[in-house]
Amino acid sequence: MMASLLEHMGMEKDRVQFSWISSAEATKFATVAREVAQSVEALGPNTKFVKGSD
Amino acid sequence: MESYTEQIRTLAVDLLKSGKVDVVIGYRKGSVPMATVPFMARTPEQAKQLTWDSHCTLNLANYLTNRQEKIGIIAKGCDSRNIVNHIVENKINRDQLHIIGVPCKGMVNPKELQALLDDKIVSYSESGSTLTIASSQAEIKIEREDHLRDNCSLCTHRNPVIYDDLVGEVVTEPVLDDPFKDVNAIEAMDTDTKWNYFDDLLDGCIRCYACRNACPLCYCPTCFVDESDPQWVGKGQNETDIKTFHFLRAFHCAGRCTDCGACEAACPMDIHVRAFTRKLIKDSKELFGWEAGLDISKRPPLDTFAPDDPNDFIK
Repeated sequence: MMASLLEHMGMEKDRVQFSWISSAEATKFATVAREVAQSVEALGPNTKFVKGSD
Repeated sequence: MESYTEQIRTLAVDLLKSGKVDVVIGYRKGSVPMATVPFMARTPEQAKQLTWDSHCTLNLANYLTNRQEKIGIIAKGCDSRNIVNHIVENKINRDQLHIIGVPCKGMVNPKELQALLDDKIVSYSESGSTLTIASSQAEIKIEREDHLRDNCSLCTHRNPVIYDDLVGEVVTEPVLDDPFKDVNAIEAMDTDTKWNYFDDLLDGCIRCYACRNACPLCYCPTCFVDESDPQWVGKGQNETDIKTFHFLRAFHCAGRCTDCGACEAACPMDIHVRAFTRKLIKDSKELFGWEAGLDISKRPPLDTFAPDDPNDFIK
């Protein structure tokens, strides 16, 4: 619901992501981290909810 | 509605006289036309000041938090749902309460009424569903139904969900074709338009926290905006801080908000604060099939875990 409200308020959907990764799931962690980094890079620098940017 | 006032007074006087309650929380007339103020009647004499009209907009459940005495409280649909919230969240005991339920016909928006006349409204009265407003120059009669507050026109729980006495007859609950039209309209915008919409919405915010203070859900001893160690959010008029306050305050109400509209009634800058909470109400309903404050035996969805909780957002 929090992600949904943020999206509703105009945050890009991919900026906030959730995942559940066990300490034994190193591969999953690496994959998810890479995906998150890629999707955030695609969005470019964040200017929303950043003080001084407005 | 005049008969409501009479019945409320009679019930309140009886409750106080018999010693069943120590105080009756209700409304009395405010100092200007079209205003009521929350009022705590402690003696049968004071109870005769209690009133009821189409301007009982604040939520009385707000005055129950952590009280120790026995309380009589006047409750329209939304107040009663917030009383349920309070009981579920252990902020008051059901045994302490004597709830005088009032089937609600909707409260009107005083600003809309004022806009109908050029000069300041100096007198107001109502008879049945007809309201009479008058300035020094003119007098007009209007229908309550045409000037309901936004949240009242979207309300589907006008009857109290919990009560010990009921004033008047149960009213028919409206059925809405499209209860979340307003939320859908924002959802249809693109990302930046949404962001700008909320920027414009909060343009006038002066951080007076009237919305928070009027809200029966906001009972934290120290609100996150008042904390100084750690200081979660800046205290000035910075746009980011203002938006953070409204975003987080709304989220604290997720799955608990009854859309009573006290926040908007209290806002001196006429900000549509409910734009935030409305989205959460819609999500609660769609994700959890949940409407807040209807059942004293159920805890709010974000307070519980169920194996079938929606978890599509987790990768």
